[in-house]
Amino acid sequence: MRVLSLKNISINMIKEEIISKLKTIVKPYVQNEEGFKNLNENTDFINDLEINSANLVDIILDVEDEFKIEIDNDSMEKMLSVKATVEIIQTKINA
Amino acid sequence: MNLPEVKNRVVITGLGVVAPNGVGLPAFTNAIKTGTSGITYHQNLKDKGFSCCIGGIPIISEEKKLEYLTPLQLRGFNSTSILYGCMAGIDAWKDAGFSVDENSELDYDSGLIFGTGTSGIEKLREAIYKIDDQNVRRLGSTSVVQTMASGISAYLGGILGFGNQVTTNSSACTTGTEALLLGFERIKNGKAKRMLVGSSSDSSLYTWGGFDAMRVMSYKYNETPEKGARPMSATAAGFVPGSGAGALVLESLESALERKATIYAEVLGGNINSGGQRKGGTLTAPNSEAVQKCITDAVLDSGISSSEIDVINGHLTATSKDSLEIENWTKALQRTGTDFPHINSLKSMVGHCLAASGAIECVAAVAQVKGQFVFPNINCDDVHPEISALISNDKIPTQIIEKNITILAKASFGFGDVNACVIFKKYFD
Repeated sequence: MRVLSLKNISINMIKEEIISKLKTIVKPYVQNEEGFKNLNENTDFINDLEINSANLVDIILDVEDEFKIEIDNDSMEKMLSVKATVEIIQTKINA
Repeated sequence: MNLPEVKNRVVITGLGVVAPNGVGLPAFTNAIKTGTSGITYHQNLKDKGFSCCIGGIPIISEEKKLEYLTPLQLRGFNSTSILYGCMAGIDAWKDAGFSVDENSELDYDSGLIFGTGTSGIEKLREAIYKIDDQNVRRLGSTSVVQTMASGISAYLGGILGFGNQVTTNSSACTTGTEALLLGFERIKNGKAKRMLVGSSSDSSLYTWGGFDAMRVMSYKYNETPEKGARPMSATAAGFVPGSGAGALVLESLESALERKATIYAEVLGGNINSGGQRKGGTLTAPNSEAVQKCITDAVLDSGISSSEIDVINGHLTATSKDSLEIENWTKALQRTGTDFPHINSLKSMVGHCLAASGAIECVAAVAQVKGQFVFPNINCDDVHPEISALISNDKIPTQIIEKNITILAKASFGFGDVNACVIFKKYFD
């Protein structure tokens, strides 16, 4: 029980840290500054940040470099929002 | 239904240039007036084993790039031809009196034809290394748009919001002059009101290497780079590679007058043809008959007589073909000796800017018509005897001449045995 709750805390902390790093990564591609200011877990890259869909592959490459992970094609297709991206990063880090 | 034939007069209302001896129109105009060379020694050419270690590369700071491209556009950016083309194109458009605004209204009356030989060759090299390293996914989104031939027209079309034809042409060293004539035809025939035309070429040893291998580049002047580009000279030893971009805004006279735009010159007419690699023409050598026909047809198209030409801006690369080009001009115009017009070659100052040469040289040609001067041939104190036998030496000025220029003829010739000749006229209010 004790171990489990610690793990929860550490995952939560990682999530905040991941979002913060993700924010730095997506910043150059953002075309909606208002959306960027309000960036949260539910932010959608294309609808809220108006990122050019062609740039999504660049974001994925930057994520790979930052977190030293490799993202497969299936995961790539899901990385359209902050929430999905964080989940995929967490899975890959813990894998 | 028989519509009346629309034949618009076409004028030049904007110029932009990125050249080895001057970035931006004021710096470039000053450089060509003062005979300033942009040719320098490049250690990386020496390191890679080039015979010719000199070349012309425009000098552009990182801050300067940000005046034209956004930080996002500059991420993973490695294409000098696109950079130069965007700079020259944006400058020309602003020079014509237009603003550049990403939210500007889509303009269906304006288009662009912007040529190149190869696009983003350094970016292509990056991509090839990554793919060979089984890392194709690491190319990201930036590889295609920077290496497709039409990358330059794609970038400019979006930056300027053009809704008319947006395309790229490619015809080796004729490219820029051909782009101008294609845009001219489009406006003349009423298909567009304004066409931004020009061409660009990368600063890269990967663009230049093949020419070094063909032994057509100058390798005898590595110690004195500024002396290396010597069109029409007895001691010419091949061309010096250059790079950059030139851009011109062509506009119907009607539209230019409506906007009260500054008019640099009128495009009277011109001709584009090919020697078909027959009658002495090959992939790399010109068919003289076709060259002469291109010039005479340009004169005919312009409705002038060849005796009216005041100045010629030649192709004149500083290879063994210079004498042949002069001979072709004398035959086409039926003018020799002291009757020959003044003639110059920009390549003495910037080298041979390959696909960009036609456009940069057209900018220089138009600047001369507007400014009423003939820029100097800086390395031609020893005119080649074969040329002296055809035309008077004083027709090849080595110092700037102030001159009333009404008509200027400009020609470019390219591999593939292709030719283009355009006739510019001073615009009289």
